[in-house]
Amino acid sequence: MIQALSQSTIEIQLTVNGKLYREEVEARKLLSDFLRDDCGLTGTHVGCEHGVCGTCTVLVNGSAVRSCLMLAVQADGAEITTVEGLAQSELGRRLQQAFSECHALQCGFCTPGILMSASEFLQSGEKRSTEETREMLSGHLCRCTGYISIVEAIRKTNDWSMGGE
Amino acid sequence: MKPAPFDYYRPDTLEEALELLAQHGSEGKLLAGGQSLLPILNMRLSVQGCLIDINHLKDLAYIRLEDGWLHIGALTRQRDLEKSDLVRAHAPLIAEAVPFIGHVQTRNRGTVGGSLVHADPTAELPLSFLALDGVAVIESAEGKREVALQDFFVTYLTTDVATDELLTEVKIPVNTVPRGYAFTEFSRRHGDFAMVDAGCVLGVDPDHRVTSTRLVIGGVDAVPVVVDSVAELLQGQKLSESLLDELSLLACDNIDPEGDLHGSREYRMNLARVYVKKAVRTAYLRASGREELE
Repeated sequence: MIQALSQSTIEIQLTVNGKLYREEVEARKLLSDFLRDDCGLTGTHVGCEHGVCGTCTVLVNGSAVRSCLMLAVQADGAEITTVEGLAQSELGRRLQQAFSECHALQCGFCTPGILMSASEFLQSGEKRSTEETREMLSGHLCRCTGYISIVEAIRKTNDWSMGGE
Repeated sequence: MKPAPFDYYRPDTLEEALELLAQHGSEGKLLAGGQSLLPILNMRLSVQGCLIDINHLKDLAYIRLEDGWLHIGALTRQRDLEKSDLVRAHAPLIAEAVPFIGHVQTRNRGTVGGSLVHADPTAELPLSFLALDGVAVIESAEGKREVALQDFFVTYLTTDVATDELLTEVKIPVNTVPRGYAFTEFSRRHGDFAMVDAGCVLGVDPDHRVTSTRLVIGGVDAVPVVVDSVAELLQGQKLSESLLDELSLLACDNIDPEGDLHGSREYRMNLARVYVKKAVRTAYLRASGREELE
């Protein structure tokens, strides 16, 4: 059993974008803050901090989750991918390109979270419907684009992931 | 917005978790998926002295069919429920309800037990498990007990689980569950909390006469409401449009929703009428294998 009394720290060890981190954290530290402050990975944006806006979404062991609704200590032993790690995969690079081509971002604040959700969503290489895409995106707030261009960028990447061009 | 400091415990076994609960009583707050608890802590709507993180109790994450019951461990993620072939085959009502819970990104973390114990009156899982006559398995250092979900939900965000107890499993009888089912929900946007939701499980005989009905409405009271009067009305009947109208009015005799910022009492009553009709109609059509009412 692991325990830590209030304001003392716990050592955690986790892999972020393939790199091993071993850090001392307070139990109340959110994973989003750990990624930004302790790992220096500021691509993970912090928006509402109560699980509504989706901008802090990262992959934890391959699943898209909100990093503001998870304590850093809960990620002990996990493998995390942030937007910085996305460029390590072909899918990530394709997403980036499609977002650029479709003008699927304006201010870009929500973009890292959306890219992380989209990468889990497209991982399987199956055909995804517009309805499914919109359902997945319903976990993200974008105040600039109206989502149409984002849906288009994801569709384009989906076509590629199914073997097309 | 960050949580206030708390003592943190992460037990590796159920025994350790129960021991911690026995020690800390009402001070010890369980952390499962955290998708409801963390927002509350982040906004400091609640300050907890002690969190007991049960995410390492891996033995509590399972879905299995045994002795005519579908057993679902409390730590099963909502996303795993959504993907489960066993759930689709034996409890399709739940499979239909799960996509309405939050978003994929929260279902990846949120747990079955967390949703039941949180007991939000509009939540999809409490309503669905109640519609399926589910039973909660509750453990403490003193031992194990079972409670029918009918008696499990006490009031807003309150269940029968005591401060030294932990919900370990929910189980549904599968052999006796009739074929027709439906879950319907109205929310302002996809993924929002429901304003009104309704679940119906219904059986028919070969002549398409109703043999059993269980209708539950959420979002209209402190706990999901089981409407027995509708079951009585439908017994032995073939469903028709006029009967649907009658039963939707009857169902609303049993509820007394509160109005709020998003909708008045009358508006919610109207939503309940509409969504009850949708749920019962769909359940009946599925049970009788037809496309339209006669």
